[in-house]
Amino acid sequence: MKRKSVAVVGAAETTEMGLIPNLSQLQLHADAALNTLADAGLKPTDIDGVATAGESPTSVAHYLGITPTWVDGTSVGGCSFMIHVRHAAAAINEGLCSTVLITHGESGRSRIGSGRWGGSPASLSGQFEAPFGTMGPPTVFTIPVLRYMKTYAVSEEQLATVAVVQREWAGKNPRASYREPITVADVLNSRMIAYPFRLLMCCLVTDGGGALILTSAERARDFPRKPVYVLGTGESVETPMISQMEDFTTSKAFRVSGKKAIDEAGITHKDVDHLMIYDAFAHLPLYGLEDLGFCKPGEAARFIQERNTAPGGVLPLNTNGGGLSYMHSGMYGMYAMQESIRQLRGVAAAQVPGAKISIAHGVGGMFAASGTIVFSNQAP
Amino acid sequence: MAEFKRPLPHPTPETLHFWEGTQKGELRLQRCDDCRNVYFPPRPFCPKCASRKVSIFAASGRAKLYSYVISHRPAPGFTPPYAIAVVELAEGPRLMTNIVGCAQTPAALVLDMPLEAVFEKQTEDITLPLFKPAGA
Repeated sequence: MKRKSVAVVGAAETTEMGLIPNLSQLQLHADAALNTLADAGLKPTDIDGVATAGESPTSVAHYLGITPTWVDGTSVGGCSFMIHVRHAAAAINEGLCSTVLITHGESGRSRIGSGRWGGSPASLSGQFEAPFGTMGPPTVFTIPVLRYMKTYAVSEEQLATVAVVQREWAGKNPRASYREPITVADVLNSRMIAYPFRLLMCCLVTDGGGALILTSAERARDFPRKPVYVLGTGESVETPMISQMEDFTTSKAFRVSGKKAIDEAGITHKDVDHLMIYDAFAHLPLYGLEDLGFCKPGEAARFIQERNTAPGGVLPLNTNGGGLSYMHSGMYGMYAMQESIRQLRGVAAAQVPGAKISIAHGVGGMFAASGTIVFSNQAP
Repeated sequence: MAEFKRPLPHPTPETLHFWEGTQKGELRLQRCDDCRNVYFPPRPFCPKCASRKVSIFAASGRAKLYSYVISHRPAPGFTPPYAIAVVELAEGPRLMTNIVGCAQTPAALVLDMPLEAVFEKQTEDITLPLFKPAGA
């Protein structure tokens, strides 16, 4: 991919956020798309590329009245939207299309017009994991953490601190689902879900959506909003079975995707003003900080505890409140990128003064996949 | 009342030897005849070197506790709280399982504790490999 060759010229979330029982999943895609088209000053007929996950790109294109010359239905979980940005950049560079719409919508809580969970009992995870009582992400995504905590002597209090700090950020965001301050004791005393994870260490389950429009950096200057440039991108996958992760203390997909994006952007960690790490559960920011290279292995818990990622810290992290406090529809990656873009446009609820470079790092499945985008508001 | 039982595997041609093994009290792994890599889950080629020359053998059944959670969520066929564990076999590969024969508590479930395989018959066709504390 050519460096700095594409930019985000439209970005918006659904009008409502949280509990939206009056919209189907497909309409959540459309609501986000219409808000994003308005943000970019475009009409559906201006779009010639469509990417989405959760719904098929065919459904979204037809529903919105778009006739694309390029589609991408990559669906590897919550980081699919980061990967769509990466693929869109390649497609725009190759001339397959000029203006790409990426949509996400998910009726995660209300379950209106959304699919069912669960895989085939003949799949490898169906044969070798499901028989042992896995009951969705809270009991699966969480399994590696005891090994991580033993290896690096991380305490339950430190794990709880991740949720406490993110609630501080959520307190600054009027659209966040949960805004009341919480303490480490509140987290540790909340209902046990899957030891060592308590309720407040687990993400929300809400309804919502978001969309992005990308075009070439050259064309981006002609749009009403200040462009947010894509400096670097990465993607990878590891395994659909958590039991088969190479190492429970680090995610290979995170390391590969993160390095690819940071190297391609040609930046160093010190250049990063703002960071989003997909936090389905409280341990993910720990793995993300280490696997992206912001902390050495085993040092992320202390880094957070010492308030480096909190309001006023050197590396503001998950400034919308994250999946733990802002919203989590099921595939949260889109919201991480929306917050990066708000920060670089200078319009975030908890604005980081003068932020120029932001990284949005996503996970897909349960440490199964990853996508990473380095954004900047500085013209190439 | 099938909905109140735990989900059971549907073996495929590539995994059938594993599920036939558990019925006979064997934990069957595969080893590459070319590079000697031992691997799991089953497939008819080596995931390290892609050789199709692989052999099936019975593992020792010895393992240690690699990581786990104790689920408090309701689940068909389980009485919460129960541990969902990943064990590391003496031969190297890891697999998901349940730990039986001990309390489902952090105090009883200590990482790296030695374990041994036990085989729990579910139906005429399916026997699951579970693990218990070694010597228990």
